Amino acid sequence: MVQIIKLNNRDFPWEEGLTIEKIMEIKRFTFPKIIVKVNGKLIEKEDYATTVVNKGDNVEIIHLLAGG
Amino acid sequence: MDIKRIKEGHKLLAEYKYELGTIERGYTNRTLYVNISDNTIASKAVTPMMKEKFVGGKGFGLWYLWNATTPSTKWDDPENEIVIAGGPACGITQYAGAGKSLVCSLSPLTDIPIDSNVGGFFGPLLKFSGWDALEIQGKAEKDVIVVIDGNKGLVTIEEAPYEAVDGHILGEQLTEMYADNEDDKRNVSVVTAGSGAEHTRMGLLNFSFYDPRRKVTRLKQAGRGGIGTVFRNKKIKALVVKFSNVKGDLNNAYDQAVINKTGIKYHREIHDLDHLQNNMRKIGTANIIEVMDEYDLLPVMNFQYGSHPDTEKIKSTVFIEKYITQGVQDGCWYGCSMSCAKAADCFKLKTGPYKGQRVTVDGPEYENAAGLGSNCGIFDPEAILELNFYCDTYGIDTISFGTATAFAMECYERGIINKEITGGLELKFGNFETAVELLHQMSRGEGFGTVVGQGVHRMKKLFVEKYGADPDFLFDIGMEQKGLEYSEYVSKESLAQQGGYGFTNKGPQHDEAWLIFMDMVNNQLPTFEDKAEALHYFPMFRTWFGLYGFCKLPWNDIVPADNKYTDEPAKVPEHVQNYLDVVYGVTGKRLSTEDMIRESERVYNFQKIFNIRMGKGLRKNDKAPYRSMGPVTKEEYESRQERYDNQLKEIGYNPEGKTTEEKIKVLREYREDQYEKLMDAVYKRRGWNSNGVPTIEYLKELGMDLPELIEVVKDLQ
Ligand code: SF4
Repeated sequence: MVQIIKLNNRDFPWEEGLTIEKIMEIKRFTFPKIIVKVNGKLIEKEDYATTVVNKGDNVEIIHLLAGG
Repeated sequence: MDIKRIKEGHKLLAEYKYELGTIERGYTNRTLYVNISDNTIASKAVTPMMKEKFVGGKGFGLWYLWNATTPSTKWDDPENEIVIAGGPACGITQYAGAGKSLVCSLSPLTDIPIDSNVGGFFGPLLKFSGWDALEIQGKAEKDVIVVIDGNKGLVTIEEAPYEAVDGHILGEQLTEMYADNEDDKRNVSVVTAGSGAEHTRMGLLNFSFYDPRRKVTRLKQAGRGGIGTVFRNKKIKALVVKFSNVKGDLNNAYDQAVINKTGIKYHREIHDLDHLQNNMRKIGTANIIEVMDEYDLLPVMNFQYGSHPDTEKIKSTVFIEKYITQGVQDGCWYGCSMSCAKAADCFKLKTGPYKGQRVTVDGPEYENAAGLGSNCGIFDPEAILELNFYCDTYGIDTISFGTATAFAMECYERGIINKEITGGLELKFGNFETAVELLHQMSRGEGFGTVVGQGVHRMKKLFVEKYGADPDFLFDIGMEQKGLEYSEYVSKESLAQQGGYGFTNKGPQHDEAWLIFMDMVNNQLPTFEDKAEALHYFPMFRTWFGLYGFCKLPWNDIVPADNKYTDEPAKVPEHVQNYLDVVYGVTGKRLSTEDMIRESERVYNFQKIFNIRMGKGLRKNDKAPYRSMGPVTKEEYESRQERYDNQLKEIGYNPEGKTTEEKIKVLREYREDQYEKLMDAVYKRRGWNSNGVPTIEYLKELGMDLPELIEVVKDLQ
């Protein structure tokens, strides 16, 4: 069975060693104004690469509204 | 340019002397009324009722327009007006983005009121010259200009036969003519349209400001809805305002210190954070070209797709590195530290009447790059800049032009129209030469350009009636609603944004709501009620900028460093508070966030009822083309097959073994049903019945139960 996490309240496949940076890469989240929370805890930008996400974690990657 | 000779051609038609007056807490309490049919010029009082219920800016514009017109008034009737009004905060120099004016008129594209916001110096200088608003009615026999001299207290209407019509030349000519010397050019602002505005329905207005570093007259655009077409139809060549003594305290604010303090805090934020966030000071709104591509939101080839490998060639860094002049403070009004009004200097034109000349191109804004570029399949930065320049100087809205041209290109590629119909033009996606030729034809008033210039709505009708096109298919792919062309974002994967476009008053422009990230990416609006709440709050909040004379960009194109710790980061609470503080500083009104929304609700619902009075504004008018909701064609579906198949599975339909056509049909039924359900939820939240009509009870609650409004809605309850 595929292991999952919640990403913005939707299922997202989990794999060993998954980090915030990895998720951002897979999802191609390139927008500069982003807020990241794991289980409600805010993660700073410099910690994206080292923050490991565990099975079942609740990850929020919130893009702040923009547009013309 | 022989300014003396041009000026000698002027014939004075009317003259009006007035007391200069003073501004109190952001208001001059007067409106300048000019009728160019009978050459009346008069001062009208701004009443306490107007200030209470309509605030200023767009509120005043709509109120005057309502009183000037009847349900049967057409855009080209003399009664139709063009109203320009800044709002009480307009002209503030201590906070970023406080020089905007709002322009209102009955639109040649939609036949209902349009409002368009614009920078440049005209709005603030108009106010400092003694006027909260300028209301123009009538139709002249020959080309005229209206000149407001705020130094002398003199308004004139003058025949002006020799000036150019195109914006970039006319702006220069009149700036030169009315400035006493080089230094004085900053004190003159000119409103023009252009030659293309005369022959199309998508004409825009250019509002100028003089740029002393570049020594050119820069242009900012009131783009949407064809107000430039109304302007030229009235035979107005230009409006000129002159006021020489701009200072930071002219609004006679209630508490200047509060404004100063709020401004300093904000400027610091821009200084510290802009380069880490949106880079507005380097590239302006074009910073999001590649972002939109990455998120599959950049319209490509008439909104068929949301990204393209060639976007690489038109990404913002290309413009920054090769074209856009850097290191210049490009604010479109004093004190705007966000300074996003970027320009490409010494750009050599390759086509048209100005071929070979080096010009300053104002832009590109994101919308221009997307509309003139990717949406027409054009991925060449120089092509985009050239189209951008000609749209501006001819007075053509880049968004309507881009979306209408993309539609015509798709019709051509699908064989719905052919070379015979286009007069020999090879109207294929990616064909810059053809796109720019369409523009030149619009300027000359000939050829297929004038057909495209009628907009998507009228092209659809023509292609069906004259060339036997399938009306249903054209309805699906023609990206217009209420007669206005969609602005340049792909809304297929965000139901909330489909409503953000579809449930607007003026037509599908994103300035009411841009919810794609909150909805599609962040999943912060999972239920219909959540979406409806956002589709109430954001349109109301954003309407508010247009009541006061603020620019929307400084609100959320940068956010404070600690914004992420707030409860509702998308609203940027600290900036909202800044606005409330600045408005308190100017007017002395202490508004809460609820009061702010209420002020907008009054004007928003007024505009809604105005639409109903003009025979639109009901549920049926919020129907949207399916291309804004999902894949119309096989190619579209198959290009994102996995996404759509997965969605079908989620709704309990097994896509295995089904043809693409079958899958499109099921997906479409589902998505259209979602749109209807969203409409129900939004109408309810906005205090409207299921037909989209404001209830009398709600109007009473807003204090908008004016007899003339009740008259319009009472039989529709
Ligand atoms: S943010 Fe840009 S458009 Fe807005 S006022 Fe400043 S320079 Fe003008």
